[in-house]
Amino acid sequence: MGMTMTQKILASHAGLDQVSAGQLIRAKVDLVLGNDITSPVAIVEFEKAGLESVFDKDKIALVMDHFTPNKDIKAAEQCKTVREFAKKYQITNFFDVGKVGVEHALLPEMGLVKPGDLIIGADSHTCTYGALGAFSTGVGSTDMAAGMATGLCWLKVPTAMRFVLKGKLKEWVSGKDVILQIIGMIGVDGALYQSMEFTGEGLSSLTMEDRLCMANMAIEAGAKNGVFEYDEKTKQFAKEHNCAPWTIYKADDDAEYTATYEIDLSAIEPTVSLPHLPENAKPVSDVGEITIDQAVIGSCTNGRIEDLRAAAKIFEGRQVHDGVRCIVIPATQKIMLQAMEEGLVKTFIDAGCAVSTPTCGPCLGGHMGILAKGERAVATTNRNFVGRMGHTGSEVYLASPAVAAASAIAGKLVTPESVLGGKA
Amino acid sequence: MKATGNAIKYGDNIDTDVIIPARYLNTTDPKELASHCMEDIDKEFAKNVQAGDVMVGGKNFGCGSSREHAPIAIKESGISCVIAATFARIFYRNAINIGLPIVECPEASEKISAGDKVSVDFDTGLITNLTKNETYQGEPFPPFIQGIISAGGLMNAIKAGKL
Ligand code: SF4
Repeated sequence: MGMTMTQKILASHAGLDQVSAGQLIRAKVDLVLGNDITSPVAIVEFEKAGLESVFDKDKIALVMDHFTPNKDIKAAEQCKTVREFAKKYQITNFFDVGKVGVEHALLPEMGLVKPGDLIIGADSHTCTYGALGAFSTGVGSTDMAAGMATGLCWLKVPTAMRFVLKGKLKEWVSGKDVILQIIGMIGVDGALYQSMEFTGEGLSSLTMEDRLCMANMAIEAGAKNGVFEYDEKTKQFAKEHNCAPWTIYKADDDAEYTATYEIDLSAIEPTVSLPHLPENAKPVSDVGEITIDQAVIGSCTNGRIEDLRAAAKIFEGRQVHDGVRCIVIPATQKIMLQAMEEGLVKTFIDAGCAVSTPTCGPCLGGHMGILAKGERAVATTNRNFVGRMGHTGSEVYLASPAVAAASAIAGKLVTPESVLGGKA
Repeated sequence: MKATGNAIKYGDNIDTDVIIPARYLNTTDPKELASHCMEDIDKEFAKNVQAGDVMVGGKNFGCGSSREHAPIAIKESGISCVIAATFARIFYRNAINIGLPIVECPEASEKISAGDKVSVDFDTGLITNLTKNETYQGEPFPPFIQGIISAGGLMNAIKAGKL
């Protein structure tokens, strides 16, 4: 029987010719990732087990991005634990304040993930790298500890759902709107234990930023991973980021899928997911009058340069609404620098936004923009669970950078067109 | 292996942000984590939970963030087993890896009421509701995973050379 893209990557990393859905395998990993929240737990496990070496010091990435620059003493102590571990085992890819970026923006930028890789990370949005045609999935801290020690991971081979994309996105519509629509369609457990595989002629019109954003949110549909078929854009991205030689895995023609969905990209409207689940997706034009107190533009979902460019185009010559705090967080140092060089940072500041150094910050209610009881935020992040950005009585509305910027200007949820057309 | 205790019941899509809110993730201390377990949806949980109690959820239990702090907080609070209609996959593997017993069983998730006394046999997946006098067949673990659990979690299995 034929194999899906995911099954092919898993088979090759398990040293098998063939795998089938449901099979338990042990596979070799190309990279093990952890952050400042999950690594300390993994390090405790690693040390408790009395382990004294890592499988490969070049294949571990430790990214201090969540509560950094350290928000309090305990966060500082957690980072210190990781810093000392990184030093002791001479971990090549340890990223601390000043070099750090939000992990899932940073690793692709550094060329540390590449097509055909098998990547595990103690962070649920590790699925982001599927944009490059890799198998990547979120695991827990114990998996991370075991991965660091052995270079291996146990996995159950998943079934897959196929999303065949056609057409082209309209202006001001992005990968974020597509993935919110898809999660709205299949639900937050619609792809539970499964892969989401993206293919079709519509792929070619999606930028790498669109794909990274879509693969990032596969977990919000419960998926094990999201993976995009390899094409010219993947190749170009891997080359530009100096990736080591890579392997291309394509699904067999007779691969089995539990479902196939056709998605017409040209029919997708600017979309927002209402509290408190990402599946509550609606076209922005249908939500009525929802005023907001805060807008957050950043995160591993939408803190990349193309996201900032889209937001800046909308802020250009306009002002953030009175009573709205708008926080812009470029996802990496490189993106920050690029945004400065292109004049985007000036545009944001002129419009009345606060611009921060790279951090996860408000995305998980950590710091840098926590909500009070009763407050509402529009955010380009990926989760709008109860209390995710602060008080349990606050609300998060998920949207694209263009919608978040337009809403920050209007003081309520609106489409980019309504601001650009002067209708607000 | 068996566990018996009273049921504490929650609904669908219980995410790891409510099991242990991110504002408490600046520690790895299980006791401190347990003291905040479930507090955003059930302020009384940490106060009322008794050693041995069984947590029952609906579908997609443990969705969201990969934080292992979530199953650690539940385990440390004294919960002997989590039963749900379905589990989110990262939570599922985290629970196995740290040795928190979990059983997937849509029927039990539906029929068990809060406060029911239930007993769970992890080897067979059989759940007995002693209050209602009913039994439900849950999904037992495949041998590979039973191996991890019987070794006392993933790290122990690796240390013992069992993997
Ligand atoms: S930006 Fe948000 S979702 Fe992404 S890694 Fe950071 S906390 Fe997680």
